[in-house]
Amino acid sequence: MTKKDKLQADLEGLVKKWKDKKGNLIMILHSIENIYGYVPRETSLKLSRLLNVPLARIYEVITFYNYFKLEPPGKHNVSICMGTACYLRNADSLIEEIEKILHIKEGQTTKDEMFHLDVVRCLGCCGLAPVMMIDEKVYGKVKKNEIVDILSKYVKEEE
Amino acid sequence: MQKKIIYLRDTDSAQQDRINDFYTLFSNELRDANLQEPVQLVKIADIGLYEKGITVKILPENIVYSGIKNTDVKRIVEETIKGNKIIKELLYEKKSKQMRAVLKNCGYIDPESLEDYIAAGGYKALIKVLLEMKPENVVEELKKSGLRGRGGAGYPTWMKWNFARGMNSPEKYVICNGDEGDPGAYMDRSVLEGDPHSVLEGMIIAGYTIGSSKGYFYIRAEYPLAVERVQKAIDQAVSAGLLGNNILGSNFNFELEIRLGAGAFVCGEETALIASIEGKRGTPHPRPPYPSVKGLWGKPTIINNVETLANIPKLIAGGGAKFASVGTEKSKGTKVFALTGKVKNSGLVEVPMGITLREIIFDIGGGILNNRAIKAVQTGGPSGGVIPQEFLDTPVDYENLSKLGSIMGSGGMIAIDETDCLVDLAKFYLKFCVDESCGKCAPCRLGGYQLLRILEKISEGNGELEDLNKLKKISYAMQKASLCGLGQSASNPVFSTIRYFEDEYKKHIVEKKCQAGKCKALIYFKIHPQKCKKCGLCMKNCPSSAILGSREAGYVIDPQKCIKCGVCFDVCKFKAVMKE
Ligand SMILES: Cc1cc2nc3c(=O)[nH]c(=O)nc-3n(C[C@H](O)[C@H](O)[C@H](O)COP(=O)(O)O)c2cc1C
Ligand code: FES
Repeated sequence: MTKKDKLQADLEGLVKKWKDKKGNLIMILHSIENIYGYVPRETSLKLSRLLNVPLARIYEVITFYNYFKLEPPGKHNVSICMGTACYLRNADSLIEEIEKILHIKEGQTTKDEMFHLDVVRCLGCCGLAPVMMIDEKVYGKVKKNEIVDILSKYVKEEE
Repeated sequence: MQKKIIYLRDTDSAQQDRINDFYTLFSNELRDANLQEPVQLVKIADIGLYEKGITVKILPENIVYSGIKNTDVKRIVEETIKGNKIIKELLYEKKSKQMRAVLKNCGYIDPESLEDYIAAGGYKALIKVLLEMKPENVVEELKKSGLRGRGGAGYPTWMKWNFARGMNSPEKYVICNGDEGDPGAYMDRSVLEGDPHSVLEGMIIAGYTIGSSKGYFYIRAEYPLAVERVQKAIDQAVSAGLLGNNILGSNFNFELEIRLGAGAFVCGEETALIASIEGKRGTPHPRPPYPSVKGLWGKPTIINNVETLANIPKLIAGGGAKFASVGTEKSKGTKVFALTGKVKNSGLVEVPMGITLREIIFDIGGGILNNRAIKAVQTGGPSGGVIPQEFLDTPVDYENLSKLGSIMGSGGMIAIDETDCLVDLAKFYLKFCVDESCGKCAPCRLGGYQLLRILEKISEGNGELEDLNKLKKISYAMQKASLCGLGQSASNPVFSTIRYFEDEYKKHIVEKKCQAGKCKALIYFKIHPQKCKKCGLCMKNCPSSAILGSREAGYVIDPQKCIKCGVCFDVCKFKAVMKE
């Protein structure tokens, strides 16, 4: 069963848990996003039927909030912080470096679906600025020339 | 005995040899006490403190002593290393100008333990409120305390609660605003993660006071640990009878639920936050009606910031008058700041209101990195402004900061040094607000974009003097005509940088120069022929083949081809590449 099929099957359980609560849409989308990393169109369609709200209402919410994605993420999610502390410690040069190495721009996924690059605002560890996060792991005080090594570790793991 | 490591460092920059003598003394003491084996003594180059005398850090306990005299060494060995006792007079924190009230428990109690919180005096205030106080008494105490909202605007908390209390409605709501949108600030996160029960207690008291039986935590989804800990705290409180029906035997019922934010700055604004909890797009609505009249699901609602609520238990337990004994005339209590930017010790600091900016940056923050000159302090994040170095001696309170054209904000505080460009900084904040504008009202949606375009034009070297007037005019229009706080304050960074640093703007516009070297279009790289050792490293690394020459003739940069990436500047080992 693909991830998507599984999501379709699980959806009813998810919805049941929230069905009777007021203002549940965002929380349901969170549960979907947390498990699958994005909200596929089929899921939104089904959700619209289960909750009896128009698809447009659901899309209106998904597209408003940065947290919800319509496209599948890469295997590893690279987030570079551009919060104020990180900005002042030259986080932009890290972004440039990663864009150069991976040949993708912010918000894109590499062709092999290995890395997805996001620019985020403040990961809440400003003391370690500039900060980069790959999946759940935080890298602090990152130097431009360390990035290649860090990324290649993830590629090697896959092999 | 457990193995220990002791780090030594002389944090006074002037005295070079002192540390060696101190090291000898310390190791002799350890030898005499027969502790050389389990204790390792290490001199290190940076201990995170500055100008605080000789400092030692004892690991794994992480005890930091500063300002140590030779005569203290024996005591440290005897009492702390052998006896595992902390010597209070030598502790670094004790001497600092910080005053921990909201953060008192953070890092000292186990945030996942209700027992720990209670042992530290927690839920005493709630018991007092439920057993001894009427809602109007709580309001009275709040009024006496002078507590004002810590989320930004500084609205008196007692007034907000009193309005909602006076509304005649069977359904009312309490919301904790844990959206913490200011990029570069993490006070609320630390409180939610470090002492969640204190916020819970504040909310339950709020519920009792206004006559509400349901509260919501609105927390950023980017803070998963905070969400987890708050949920745990709620579950514990339910089991202990601190939430639910007939709390502590009274006839007061209250329940709490978490709702997650989803990455939208505007959702920190009250009416947008309410829309978001209702499961809708987070677009703001015009006020009035204020949430205390018509809020969540159309019912009276109070929204308070995390730090405001965390202040409540101590305020009630100790009484309003005690709370009001700290601070300035109109701003009482303490404030937590996330001190970042170009300071040596960045981190969370909690200070009494009325402390000066200079004390925060220099005495607590240790001064500016690499001992460069400070240029300004930014407070209030994207809604705030810059305060130039001339005003560093201003006491920090709501009135003073807004007089200077900035705001207290939720607690972001950023030190800016001479290597930072203020045009670039204004652009950075503005870009944030343009990205985050919800698009509902035109002044914010269009004005922000136009401001950004003008700033970009200036930083690319195409600015005209007339642009300064345009910036001011658009800023003014946005302040007056935007629908919500986001648009009304989005131009503050622009306004305030022009107010104090018009010269810097003019340098960009007239001389086409960026002194800080941040605006790429206005800097040029050059190779200094005397300093160049002709190694060729720069030419090898240049991604755009802009460096010409040979090992015999030396190298020059072709300005037409140069893309100003700065690689040559970074790789040159002889500092022969200059940025100007
Ligand atoms: C654009 C915008 C963003 C805001 N972000 C936050 C925030 O992240 N956290 C917060 O507590 N208040 C934020 N506020 C202020 C809230 O609207 C509100 O005033 C505050 O939560 C009230 O609580 P207080 O009285 O305890 O300060 C924001 C306001 C605006 C206009
Ligand atoms: S600004 Fe990057 S972690 Fe806060």
